[in-house]
Amino acid sequence: MKRARIAYAGAIHHAVEENGCMKLEDGRIVAEHEVVWLPPVQPRTVFALGLNYADHAKELSFQAPTEPLVFLKGPNTFVGHRAQTRRPKDVVNMHYECELAVVIGRPARRVKREEAYDYIAGYTIANDYAIRDYLENYYRPNLRVKSRDTCTPIGPWLVDAKDIADPMNLTLKTYVNGKLTQQGTTRDMIFDIPALIEYLSSFMTLNKDDVILTGTPEGLADTAVGDEVVAEIEGIGRLMNTIIADE
Amino acid sequence: MSKVKVRVKFRGILQEREAVANLDENRIELQGRHYRVDQLMWDAPISGAVYGTLFNYKGALAALGETVYEAPYHGEPKAPVLYIKPRNTVIGYGMPIPLPADARELEIGAALGVVMGRTATRVSEEQALEFVAGYTIVNDVSIPHQSFYRPAIKQKARDGFCPVGPWIVEQDEVPDPDALGVRVWINGELRQENTTANLIRSVSRLIADVTDFMTLYAGDTLLVGVPEGAPVAKAGDHVRIGIDGIGSLENTIIHEDELAGGQRL
Repeated sequence: MKRARIAYAGAIHHAVEENGCMKLEDGRIVAEHEVVWLPPVQPRTVFALGLNYADHAKELSFQAPTEPLVFLKGPNTFVGHRAQTRRPKDVVNMHYECELAVVIGRPARRVKREEAYDYIAGYTIANDYAIRDYLENYYRPNLRVKSRDTCTPIGPWLVDAKDIADPMNLTLKTYVNGKLTQQGTTRDMIFDIPALIEYLSSFMTLNKDDVILTGTPEGLADTAVGDEVVAEIEGIGRLMNTIIADE
Repeated sequence: MSKVKVRVKFRGILQEREAVANLDENRIELQGRHYRVDQLMWDAPISGAVYGTLFNYKGALAALGETVYEAPYHGEPKAPVLYIKPRNTVIGYGMPIPLPADARELEIGAALGVVMGRTATRVSEEQALEFVAGYTIVNDVSIPHQSFYRPAIKQKARDGFCPVGPWIVEQDEVPDPDALGVRVWINGELRQENTTANLIRSVSRLIADVTDFMTLYAGDTLLVGVPEGAPVAKAGDHVRIGIDGIGSLENTIIHEDELAGGQRL
């Protein structure tokens, strides 16, 4: 099942995908273009991975990490499918990052990798924009780079975990204005999903609606005002958003 | 000015209450009756996201010395360096701070917590305090670490690593948040003393600089920073953080294996 959170006719609803339309909890069927898409979960603690694909680490001239490079994102940064992301004036490198997002379904503490998938509610897509102009070398990457308002589109759907046979074998693609600019596969993660759940839950408790953004493969490029960016993951969906000028 | 209006939450009760705190006597007045702070069961008085600020005391940045100009830092920070204390870290006054099995001692981060009262996006320094609901005390606990290059999730985001409380002092009761003495006692011994007068970014400046790129919502808490020379404490130690005009936050460090449901049985 694919699940969405949407705003429609003056209220916020949960909806499921049915025959290319959206079915609300009260049975109403609405078309996708009639709704405002919200992040499919209201994220609690959100983890993101840096340099979790070997090719991307190389692209940025970093050695692949020996321990997961994890940073956290605040609730302010998330927007839904078809949202706008603000590009500050005067920045020269604001790039997209297409990432598989893992949504935790129940409390997880000291979970072994063999059981890790039991704790996952489902999967969605995140576009983890970064503004490299703002990188500094303290708790890098810091929130000014990675937790800006509007800079993490997520969605469109939360796809139930049981519907994804092998999340470690999915193609990721990013298109800018229809042109393919990034392509990779989740097979190439350095720390795979079970490893990340085992790692994080080894020292802290994960909770329902916590989200892990699992990193991005190579193929990053600057984006310009007006660009339509689509982050696509096989079996999960296509997350579209538009870059707008800030001001 | 030792009596201040506060907002409180008691353990197991969802709704907030208003009360009057007597800071000189460390007592609270509830419906005409007076109690010692340590007589009551407290919940953390906050609900939203908690953001910490690294190196916002002049002395804390100075303590790095010349290393800030060397690899991997290559210069002083320009923008506020922030981190998140996620939900699993927040506990209330009087609750044990779990000492993880892989740590011998914990660094005590005495921080003034600025609790937002309404949504703040791109607010000016002049208007910043209008967006503040009040102030609380936060113990930004860490496993001591020497490198500040990568986010310190494993050192700062352990369960129970963010005691908050005992209450929120209303904003208008604190005439100048940039002149508050901050002290830490461990087992009754004064181990650290500083003042928010030593902040690099004042409370207003920090709110302005942070909300320039990141919205703070009502209920979010922004920590103004931890002073240099943060003391360390070990299992069994009683930790008290006092901030002038706000009150005292007290917790005891207990080995995590001795805790169940956040309490020692």
